Parts: sequence; C-alpha cells; structure tokens
Amino acid sequence: MKILVFAEQREGKLKRTSLEAIGFAQKLSQQNNFEFEILLIGNQISSLYDEVKNYGAKTVLMAEDEKLHFLSSAAYSKILSESVKSKSIDTILFPATQMGKEISSLVAIKLNCGLANDCVNLKFENSNFIATRSIYSGKSLIDVKINSEIKIFSLRPNVFKVAEKKESTSQIEKIEIALNENDFKSIVKSTSIATGKPDVVEASVIISGGRGMKSPENFILIEELASTLNAATGASRAVVDASWRPHNEQVGQTGKTVSPNLYIAVGISGAIQHLAGMSSSKCIVAINKDKDAPIFQITDYGIIGDALTILPTFNSEVKKILGK
Amino acid sequence: MKIVVCINHTPDTETKVNVSQDGKSIDKTNVNWILNPYDEFAIEEALKTKEKFGGEVIAISLGNESHKESLRKSLAIGVDKAILLKDESERDSISVAKAISEEIKNHNADIIFFGKQSIDYYGEQLGIYIAELLSISVVSNVVKLEITDKKVVCEREIEGGKEVVETSIPCVITAQKGLNEPRYPSLKGIMASKSKQIEEKIPNKFDLLVETISMTKPSNERKRKIFEENQVTELVKILHEEAKVF
Ligand SMILES: Cc1cc2nc3c(=O)[nH]c(=O)nc-3n(C[C@H](O)[C@H](O)[C@H](O)COP(=O)(O)OP(=O)(O)OC[C@H]3O[C@@H](n4cnc5c(N)ncnc54)[C@H](O)[C@@H]3O)c2cc1C
Ligand SMILES: Nc1ncnc2c1ncn2[C@@H]1O[C@H](COP(=O)(O)O)[C@@H](O)[C@H]1O
Repeated sequence: MKILVFAEQREGKLKRTSLEAIGFAQKLSQQNNFEFEILLIGNQISSLYDEVKNYGAKTVLMAEDEKLHFLSSAAYSKILSESVKSKSIDTILFPATQMGKEISSLVAIKLNCGLANDCVNLKFENSNFIATRSIYSGKSLIDVKINSEIKIFSLRPNVFKVAEKKESTSQIEKIEIALNENDFKSIVKSTSIATGKPDVVEASVIISGGRGMKSPENFILIEELASTLNAATGASRAVVDASWRPHNEQVGQTGKTVSPNLYIAVGISGAIQHLAGMSSSKCIVAINKDKDAPIFQITDYGIIGDALTILPTFNSEVKKILGK
Repeated sequence: MKIVVCINHTPDTETKVNVSQDGKSIDKTNVNWILNPYDEFAIEEALKTKEKFGGEVIAISLGNESHKESLRKSLAIGVDKAILLKDESERDSISVAKAISEEIKNHNADIIFFGKQSIDYYGEQLGIYIAELLSISVVSNVVKLEITDKKVVCEREIEGGKEVVETSIPCVITAQKGLNEPRYPSLKGIMASKSKQIEEKIPNKFDLLVETISMTKPSNERKRKIFEENQVTELVKILHEEAKVF
C-alpha cells in the first residue's frame, strides 16, 4: 500500500485538518508498514517542509511555483493525479475541507477511481478499507468500500487524531508538473479569512446561539464565552435568517456540519435540521429554559434556565477554573 | 444562453430514517420526498441568468418515476424543459455523473447549475465530477455570482472566510445557501407546467466504484445529565473534571 496525503495550506499556513490526515496515514503506516508521502502545493511554501518532515512520511513532495500562489483546482488536481501515477500511489487522503472536497472530486474523475467523501471513520481490515460516512442529516451511517485500485478518502475535520512527531526525517522532493493555460481557466483572485477567531468547521469547541438569545446584542455573551474557551461561534438558522448572525456561522442542514469536542447550544430548540449539523459532536451541552426542548434529548449535559443569566456565570466559572 | 440545472429528489429533512430489509438503504415507506433544498438555489440562479441573457433553462434529474415530482416543480417555478433520465438501479455518484454528463453533451450548455449537495447522501461531488467529465471549469459552494460576457466572477465560502474565484463560460456552478432567495411557483407557473412534457430517456450504466456495504443508525447515546439554573458551578466543574472538555 502506498499512501499520499494532500496537505492543504493557505497563505503559507498549514491547516490543522492536514495534520489529521497525516495522523491517519501515520497510524496506517505504523500498524501495517505502509509507506506514505505528503504533498504540498503552493508558492513560497518551503518553510512548510520543516513543519511536516517529522511525521514519518517517506518523502515530502513539494510542488512550488509562483503560478500556484492562488488556488486553481484544475492545476492542483493535475499535480495530484500526475504524482499519484508517477509514484504508483494507491490510496489518497484529503482533509474534507472546501478545497479538499473540490480537488479530491476532480482527481477521482482524472484517475477514474472511487472517492468516499467526508469520512467519519476509516478502517483497514482484511486488506480492505471500510469507510464510514454520515448521511440523511446524521440520522444514519453507511459503511462503503471502494472497488477501484486507486482509492480516495476525505476525512471530516476534527474526527481523526493529529499526527505525532517522530525521530525520523522525511526526504524532500521537488516535483514539477507541466502546466498550461487550460489549468488556470478557473482561479482564485483573493481570499479573505477572518483572523483571530477559529472557524466553526475546524474549531474543537463551538458555542452556538439561537432565538433564545433574544436579541443580536446579547450574542456578546456568547462571544465572551467563546473567547474564554478559544471557541468558534455558531448559530441556528432562525437567527441567521433574522440577520442577527452572519450566514457562515449557521450550523445544520443548510449550514455547516461540525464535529467538535464540545458543542454548547444556547437558546436553540434542537430542530432536526439543526441536529443534522452537530449531532456527531463529541460532547453536547445545552442551555435552554424549556425543560422539554428537543435539544435535551441529545445532550450530555443540560442546564434548564435563562441563558442571559446563565452565560455570564458560566463564563466566570470557566475563567476561574482555567485561571484566566 | 443555454442553461442546464441538475436537480435531485430527496427525503424531506423531517423524515424518520429506518434501515430497510437489505440492510443497505433506507426503508422508503412513509418517506416524504422533496426537491433537494440546495437545488432551489440552483434553479433560482438558472432562471435569473436566463432573465439577464435570454435563452433556455433545461432541468435534468436522474432517478425513478418519482423524480418527476421535483422536475414538475422546477417547471412550475419557471424552467423551460425537463428531462428524466429514468433509472432504478443502484448507482454511485460517479456513475450518476457519467450518465448525466452524456445527456448534457447533447445540449451545448454554457452554464450548468447544481446544488452544493444532496441532503440524502451528502455527496457534495456531482457538479464537480460532471465539470471534469465535460472538461470545463467548476466553482463549488458559490454564494455570489456575476456574469459579464463570458467572464464569471464568483464568491464562495471557505473555512473561516470567503474567496473570489474567476472563470469563464462554459462552466459549472454549485449553489450554496445565500446565493439568492428562491422564488415560489406561481399559480400561473403551476398551470403552465401542467401542459409541459417531461422527456424520458434511459441512461447508460457504469461500473460501481463505490459500494455500500451496510447502513446503520448512529447510537447517539448521550449522558443526559440535567442541571438547574442555580447549578452552573457544578456543571462547569463536571465539564472540566469528568468530561474534560476544557
Ligand atoms: C429545509 C430546512 C432547512 C433548515 N436548515 C437549518 C439549519 O441548517 N440550521 C438550523 O439551525 N435550522 C435549520 N432549519 C430551521 C429549523 O427547523 C428551526 O426552525 C431552527 O433551527 C430554530 O432555531 P432556534 O432553535 O434558534 O429557534 P427556536 O426553535 O425558536 O428555539 C428557541 C429556543 O430557545 C429557548 N429559549 C427562549 N428563551 C430562552 C432564554 N431566555 N434562555 C434559554 N433558552 C431560551 C426556547 O425554549 C427554544 O427552545 C431548517 C428548516 C428547513 C425547513
Ligand atoms: N440524481 C440526480 N439527478 C440530477 N441531479 C442530481 C442528482 N443527484 C444530485 N444532483 C445534483 O448534484 C448536486 C450535488 O449532489 P451530491 O453530489 O449528491 O451531493 C445536487 O444538489 C443536485 O444539483
């Protein structure tokens, strides 16, 4: 088995989700003696070699070019599929991010091979991969297998363990794939990322507010708690539709699907469409004044009461414990 | 402008999911089916594009007879023509993509709209697959779209922010919530759609690259420890010491 991990970087920063994919490759290589390689694509990314060289990969492949500064999914997927061919790779791992999802799908067609997207579990048993995916709004799980020789998996953020540093050092290999105009027919012109705040898809702690927060101004209470816990802020659709919160915070059916370690739902009733986005969270906490709110059916820890009085106390208690 | 929109017919989000006898799919009894919610954004954008540039909008769906309901709805909303690629067999996303791309080739489409994902299998792939099968570019997860002449400028969501992507016609766009406000079928639209035919075709079959082995329900066992409003201190302590979440 020969594995390739696509390590996503943006603006020269390695994504944490990339380390999760590397972590899974590392586990496979330890348990089954598989070889794995890491592929980095971009411009001025040489310093990233140092960040990934101690995870036990045989080589770190670097495709570095000015033209690759901004993402072109056509060019990136060409580099990937050409590398897979030349290195006789049979398993490709992606983080299931926006970039990872688009590129992995393009690569699947280029190589005419199967792709299991957004896996929440992946096992290698009896010389076969079994991937678990969450479907029907998280109400069901399916196990799938891939029949083609080359297999692609993208891994849901926050589910797989990040890689651990090893003694050994990977070799570096520059790769050059001829690119032409056609590979840049679609290109990213600019990226704007809100800095300083973790994104809801990647955060390991999320505090979400719903209509029970009563007004947009009260979300300051959520933001304060989020800042204490270095958490991302999320929202129900009701408050996004009411323009209390930006759309990119929406969790659920028509919003983001998240699997943080801790999800705190504040003043959210727990409609099935909201659960669709967060029911796979590891620990769920709910604050709601209605003891019969459906959200309590799926919580690990719930507190019945007025969010507006509970949140400030909650925040100061957490600060005390964390010594902040 | 030749515009194609691909739509899926999916179980309503409120549907209770039970695993069927075969252990691999959902039990379809008592399931209410709807037009896939993201595809409403795709249809709306297709219609807006036609209103701006003229031309025709064709809706395509691959699936069984029941997909006609969603195709009929798309006609009522304002789509000009609907095609059902009638098929009951088990398929993976790539085989759906191959079959639909063969049909799209007959239409010389300038722009093809998809929803960002189907809410049944959460594939999030079909539009991207089809773009690559047709050798045209794709921008997925689009929340803003501007077309001038052949130039296409999109804004799309990425983790923690947004990205501006430029491409040109022909291309595939997959629609995310926020792209537009979908219109409802008007009474006039509903009446007019009744006289429109849904064309039926038999799509080709392809080898399965991804196969479902089994379907299960997640255990979702939760502790369900409930505290009162005056027990915040206890709750925080337990979260720290027992759950170890911070
Ligand atoms: C096709 C479709 C897609 C959808 N997609 C999504 C989606 O992606 N995400 C999503 O979230 N929803 C989605 N919805 C909407 C969903 O059905 C619910 O309407 C929505 O989640 C409700 O939001 P909420 O919980 O904030 O509001 P409500 O349901 O109004 O709940 C408010 C809760 O706050 C509690 N409360 C009130 N005051 C207080 C207080 N002072 N302190 C504590 N608690 C208080 C109440 O007891 C109640 O439980 C979708 C719906 C459809 C039809
Ligand atoms: N059977 C189908 N027929 C036509 N279009 C489909 C079908 N399934 C999915 N689509 C389109 O592809 C998009 C993405 O689907 P998916 O890759 O299944 O998540 C959907 O939002 C639809 O626009």
